[in-house]
Amino acid sequence: MKQIKTVSDLEDLRKSILKQRDPEKITIRMCLSTGCRAKKSIKVISALEDELNNQGLQEKVEIKRTGCHGFCEMGPIMVIEPANIFYRQVTPEDIADIVFETILKGNIVKRLLWKDAGTKEYTKTEQDLPLYKKQKKHISYNSGKIDPTDIEDYIAADGYLALCKALNAMTPAKIVETVFASGLRGRGGGGFSTGLKWRICSAAPSDIKYIIANGDEGDPGAFMDRSLMEGDPHRIIEGMIIAAFAIGAGRGFLYVREEYPIAIEHLSIAIQKAEEYGLLGNNIMGTGFDFNIAINKGAGAFVCGEETALIISIEGKSGTPRSRPPYPAFEGLWGKPTIINNVETLGNIPQIILKGADWYSNIGTVGSKGTKIFSLVGKVRNTGLVEVEMGTTLREIIFDIGGGIRKDKRFKAVQTGGPSGGCIPISKIDMPVDYDSLREAGAIMGSGGMIVMDETSCMVDIARYFLNFLLFESCGKCVPCREGLKQMHYILTNICEGNGEKGDIEALTELGHFMISTSLCGLGATAANPVLSTLRYFHDEYLVHIYEKKCPAGVCKNLFEYMIDETLCNGCTLCRIRCPEKAISGEKKKPHRIDTAKCIKCGICYNSCKRQAVIVI
Amino acid sequence: MKVPLTIDGQMVQIDSGAPIIDAAKKAGAVIPTLCYHEALKPYGSCRLCMVEIIINKQRRLVTACNFPVEGGMEVFTDTAKLRHIRKMIIELLLARCPDVSSLRAMAKQMGIKSSRFKKQDSTECILCGLCVRFCEEVVGVSAIGLVNRGIDREVATPFKVASDVCIGCGSCTYICPTGCIEMVPDKKIPQMRIMKMGQHSLNPCINEFQCETCIVEKEFFEDMRLVIAEFRNS
Repeated sequence: MKQIKTVSDLEDLRKSILKQRDPEKITIRMCLSTGCRAKKSIKVISALEDELNNQGLQEKVEIKRTGCHGFCEMGPIMVIEPANIFYRQVTPEDIADIVFETILKGNIVKRLLWKDAGTKEYTKTEQDLPLYKKQKKHISYNSGKIDPTDIEDYIAADGYLALCKALNAMTPAKIVETVFASGLRGRGGGGFSTGLKWRICSAAPSDIKYIIANGDEGDPGAFMDRSLMEGDPHRIIEGMIIAAFAIGAGRGFLYVREEYPIAIEHLSIAIQKAEEYGLLGNNIMGTGFDFNIAINKGAGAFVCGEETALIISIEGKSGTPRSRPPYPAFEGLWGKPTIINNVETLGNIPQIILKGADWYSNIGTVGSKGTKIFSLVGKVRNTGLVEVEMGTTLREIIFDIGGGIRKDKRFKAVQTGGPSGGCIPISKIDMPVDYDSLREAGAIMGSGGMIVMDETSCMVDIARYFLNFLLFESCGKCVPCREGLKQMHYILTNICEGNGEKGDIEALTELGHFMISTSLCGLGATAANPVLSTLRYFHDEYLVHIYEKKCPAGVCKNLFEYMIDETLCNGCTLCRIRCPEKAISGEKKKPHRIDTAKCIKCGICYNSCKRQAVIVI
Repeated sequence: MKVPLTIDGQMVQIDSGAPIIDAAKKAGAVIPTLCYHEALKPYGSCRLCMVEIIINKQRRLVTACNFPVEGGMEVFTDTAKLRHIRKMIIELLLARCPDVSSLRAMAKQMGIKSSRFKKQDSTECILCGLCVRFCEEVVGVSAIGLVNRGIDREVATPFKVASDVCIGCGSCTYICPTGCIEMVPDKKIPQMRIMKMGQHSLNPCINEFQCETCIVEKEFFEDMRLVIAEFRNS
């Protein structure tokens, strides 16, 4: 392997890699990202290898260990090229059939295809899946297609061409202006203009500058940064090198949480490989530009995603935010000008450089450009990662891509932006999603978590859940956030337990607005969002909890009872058999009854009744 | 370079980049503080020193202890909004530490009879971090630190075991605004003292409490006597 010294070296390498490849060769792309690994995709792969060896097919079939395909709920996922046949929930027992039917005979194993729960139709290929159809994959394009541990795979997919262009055909100032003109905004939550940040930092007078990639993703239910780091680590590294060249940084840090071992492993391999190929380290591509990247493992504090806390954490102290100014672009890591960008932001950089600012700024809305990866989770049919253009409506994301609500229940709200985001109700479902519309609706973009809730979610309980998360994840430095959260959580707990009083709603609102205006950092300033947004859109639900002592969704245990609707019950006895407290009585084929004194409200009868005869009152 | 700005309408000239609180002092405006101390770097955790500023025609709320002044800035130190914020902070802290007399005095001054909020398990520490920062920045030993996060945050020695670096200088007890750190005589060894903070006792002095031969003690008290006197007067 020789070091890449010039543009033509890279071009030659790319051509020689492509030349060696046969596009007609059967390639099995198997997801080895966290989600699929949890569902034992490693066992599937070893079973596949054994089977191929037994059949003597190891030369004819290539197995590619890829990153996340996006349809995490259906893992382990297997895609067989060149026909792009999509198999879901593959187990080691299915391997024999796959090899015998699909690989040897070219037939489809129907039971492994994805079936639409609504239309009952099977989908054969990856590109026909409704989850993928409406997506615009720009950043996550490679994830699920290439082997993240193989740099040549990335180079074959036009990797490092942008770096080549930036180093050879552009000046640092030109790069900064291109990124500024593209309209790219920070993907970590704040939505600050990336180009402006770079411009400020490149103007800061200092010999030493740093660049930090923020991969400290900590929201419950969000995993887009993890998947990107696991599935396409070179894209982030390429973005980092370009950013470093643009602002004149010599060292970079990748801040990844320790809970992401696969991401750390893949990034470490990627850094090492990039160094071997002369794309990272001293004298990059023979241009004389030196840049090194080190990985910093975070200990898993949510607050360390805040930029000043992250810097202090890298410095070796406990991660607590500090007041700004001075902004990190002037005084950051060890007092030197520092750029902190989210890993997804950096993942956008190569395509902006390669295809130009005009191309990029044509995607998206007026204020928010490009595409955004969301992790679509909760009570939605198709759970996974989706990348859509900015300005796509919530309806398109949840119903067209996500396939609607599970078990045909009613959609109630979607929570965006993680614990410090807000809940958006059905009335806003046709709202185009971008930074400004979300903020207007009382939520935030955050890093892109989307938790869908149906009629069985209690909004007061949801607000309490997120506040409880923040209670332990706030740094505890400033009074409004620490004490304010504690008091709000206390009031919400009271409401959920049936001890709500007159004045609680006013106190919550006052505390919420007080926290927004006085907290030290962004975490405190957005921590009240779950409460304020639910108060804004689900005010009635709070009133019912406080004054009528009822929880209409059937979540707050002190505030509801289960009852059997005798007109619906056909006496199937299922609830009676399953009830752990023997609180249900009744004869076969006759309506049953629940003894509320014995009932512990575990919800087993409610979930097991096939006729929806168990109701919440 | 000196720049002009107004504090409650009064014109002041001060070095560019100095914190607002310095300019306010010059103008004679009184801004309440809890975590601020002249001898230490600003921390900005109590949020009590919040002021309203108008800069580039935009109205903002900032902390006076660490926000740098700019020419042409207009600062307001006593508006209805600020009084409301300060009341909220004192009420919240009073709910946390109902028995602290300095907080109660502040509350009385602001016309707060009692906190509306739920009283918690009584502690006397308001987590202003003065003791920790003093120990680090002035004494230079970092015997105590702020441990844990969120509602579990507290002042403690590393791993909550007796500190082997504490010199028993007592500066934490001097600077603590609520009096939650105590110095108590060691019963076993005469003329020794141990710092008590809640349940954690810190180690006695490495100089065997021969204070008259202690360089740290000497230098420290020479410097600090003046600062502390001034702090108490203000």
